[in-house]
Amino acid sequence: MSPELTAAPLAAAPLARAPFGDAAVSLEPGLHEQEMVINFGPQHPAMHGTLRLVMTLDGEKCRHIDPQMGYLHTGFEKLGEHRTWNQFIVVTDRMNYMSAMANNVGFALAVEELLGIEVPPRAQAIRVIMCELSRIGDHILGVGLQGMDLGAFTAMLWAFIEREKVYDVFELASGGRLTTSYTRVGGLAFDLPEDCPARIRAFIERLEPVLQEMEGMLSRNRIFLERTQGVGTFSRQQAIDWGLSGPVARASGLDRDLRRDRPYSGYEQYDFEVPVRTEGDVYARYLVRLAEVRQSLRIVEQALDRLPSGPVNAIGAKATLPDKDEVYSRMESLIQHFMLEMPGHGIKAPKGAIYHATETPNGELGWYIVSDGTGVPYRVRVRPPSLYQFQSIKPMAEGRLVADVVAIMSSLGVIAGELDR
Amino acid sequence: MGNVHDHAHDHGHDHGHGAEEEEGAPGTTLADRTYIPAVMRGIKLTLARFLQPKATVQYPEESVYDRGSDDRAIGTQNPRLRGEHILVKDEQGREKCVACLLCMAACPALCIYIEPEAAPADWGPDRERRPKVFELDMLRCIYCGYCEEACPCDAIRLTPKLYQPTTSRLERVYDKQRLLENNQDAQVPQRPRK
Repeated sequence: MSPELTAAPLAAAPLARAPFGDAAVSLEPGLHEQEMVINFGPQHPAMHGTLRLVMTLDGEKCRHIDPQMGYLHTGFEKLGEHRTWNQFIVVTDRMNYMSAMANNVGFALAVEELLGIEVPPRAQAIRVIMCELSRIGDHILGVGLQGMDLGAFTAMLWAFIEREKVYDVFELASGGRLTTSYTRVGGLAFDLPEDCPARIRAFIERLEPVLQEMEGMLSRNRIFLERTQGVGTFSRQQAIDWGLSGPVARASGLDRDLRRDRPYSGYEQYDFEVPVRTEGDVYARYLVRLAEVRQSLRIVEQALDRLPSGPVNAIGAKATLPDKDEVYSRMESLIQHFMLEMPGHGIKAPKGAIYHATETPNGELGWYIVSDGTGVPYRVRVRPPSLYQFQSIKPMAEGRLVADVVAIMSSLGVIAGELDR
Repeated sequence: MGNVHDHAHDHGHDHGHGAEEEEGAPGTTLADRTYIPAVMRGIKLTLARFLQPKATVQYPEESVYDRGSDDRAIGTQNPRLRGEHILVKDEQGREKCVACLLCMAACPALCIYIEPEAAPADWGPDRERRPKVFELDMLRCIYCGYCEEACPCDAIRLTPKLYQPTTSRLERVYDKQRLLENNQDAQVPQRPRK
C-alpha cells in the first residue's frame, strides 16, 4: 500500500460514529487500518431481492451501514390512482411475492370497510384459510432461507418443496400460483373447488414431520446457534421505536398480533396462540416463525372443520359481479353486471379516508385509502412491514461482523416488492 | 402494556422451548457441543430423503398434475389455471364476441384493443356487432382473468394452455384470427361458479 493511501491510525482520529459493540474484535495495537466501502447488493446471492446495503467496513467489521431502497420501485401506489378498486387487487399480488394471498385479502378488507360491506361467513373462512396458508408458505421458506444464508443450503431446498405445495393449493383455488388475485371487493373471485379442502388437509398432515425435520436440523445445531444467538438483538423498546411488527417484533417481546388484538375476517372465532420470545435475536425470530407455522396449522384445521356453506360474495351490496348463469338468465343481474363493468361506472366508494391493517406474515400491512367519490381511489398508501424492518438493519448490524449482517438480513424477512412499492 | 412479560410467558412455550427445559438450553449440552449427534442426524435425514421420490418436476413436459403421486396430483391439468386466451365460437361458427368493449375496460394491464364493426348481413338478426380488430398483447397481459370475468357473452376465455416461446415480440400480439384458432387445440374449461 502506498503511503498516500494509508489512512491515519484509528486511535488518533476520534470516532465520528458509534464505537463497535461488544462483539467487536480489538485490533492489534499499532496496526493501521483503512476503511473500505463495499456494496452488499443489489445483486448478491445472500440479499433477498434487490436490496442494497452500503457498508463501511473496518476489516471484517461493519462500521456503518446505509440501507438503500428503490431498486424495485414499480409505482404500485401511483398505479392505484389509475385503477378501479377491483383492478388494484392484481397489483397487490405483485407487491408481496411471498404471500400474495394475504395482500389480496388485506386490500379487499380495507375497501370493504370503506364501503361498509359485510362479507358472508364462507368467504371469511376461505380468506382465513388462504391467509394462514400463505403465512405457512412464507415462514417455512423464511426459515429455510435463514438456514441457507448460514450455510445450510439444503434447508432452503426442502423448504421450497413445501412452499410449492402451498402454491399448488393456491393454483387449484384461484388459477394462479404466485399472482393469485383471488379476492374481490365484497368476496372472492370464485368458490373453492370441491376437492380443495381434502387437499389442504392432506398438505397440513404432511407438514408436521417436515417441521420436525427442520427443527431437528437447525434448532440445536451448534453452527446455527453460534451464528444466530445473541446476533442482531433488539429490545422491546427498540422494536417499538423502530416501528417493527410481525414475527420480528414478537421475537423482541412485543406481544402484538392484529389477528388477536383487532380481529378481522372472523379471526376471533379461532383458538390460537401468539408466540412471543423475549431474546430479540436472530434465533428468537427463527423460533417465533416456526411456532407461528404450528399456530397457523391449527387455525387452518379449525377453519376447515367449520367451513360454512353459502355464497362467497356479498350479493346484496351491489359491489360484486353476479354469477354468469344469472347474468344470462336474469335481467337484474345483467344490468348489475354492466353497471359494475362499464367504463366510468363500477364500484363508487363514498368520499372519505380509511386506514385498515391486517397481520400479514411479515407484520402489519396497512392500507391508507383516500376516496374522492369517483370510481378510482384518490390515493392508495401502503404501510409495508418490510420498510420498517429494512431500516432497522442499521441499528441491529452496525458494529458487528459482515457475516452477522447476512444472518440478520435473512431473519428480517424483507420483501423488496413491498418495500419499494 | 405492562403485562407483556406475563403474556410472553403464557405464549412462549412452543415446541422448541419445551424441549429445551428437559434437555438443557440449546447449544449447552455435551451432545450439542461435540456436534457429533447433529452430524449423524443430518446424514440419517439425507439418506432418508434420498430414498423418497424426487420433488422436481420436468416443467413444461411434465406438470404436477400429471404425476399421479400423493398430495400433488389431481389427475388432469388444473381447469382453473389461467393460461392463454381464446375467442369462443358459437354453434354456427361465428365468434361469440359482440365487441361490447367490457374486457377492454376491465383489463388492468390495458392489453386488449378492439375495433367494432357491424356484423355481416347473413349473420342474421340476432347479431349486430362483431370485432373488426381484436388484438391481445400477450406480453402486456398479466393473466388475471378479469376479461373473462367481465365478458357478458362467454366470448373470451382463459384456458389452462400455457404459452409457447416465440422468436419475435410481434408474434406475441395475438390478433382475432390467432385467438379464434387457439380454440382448435385448447379445451374450454367449465367456468367456476361464484
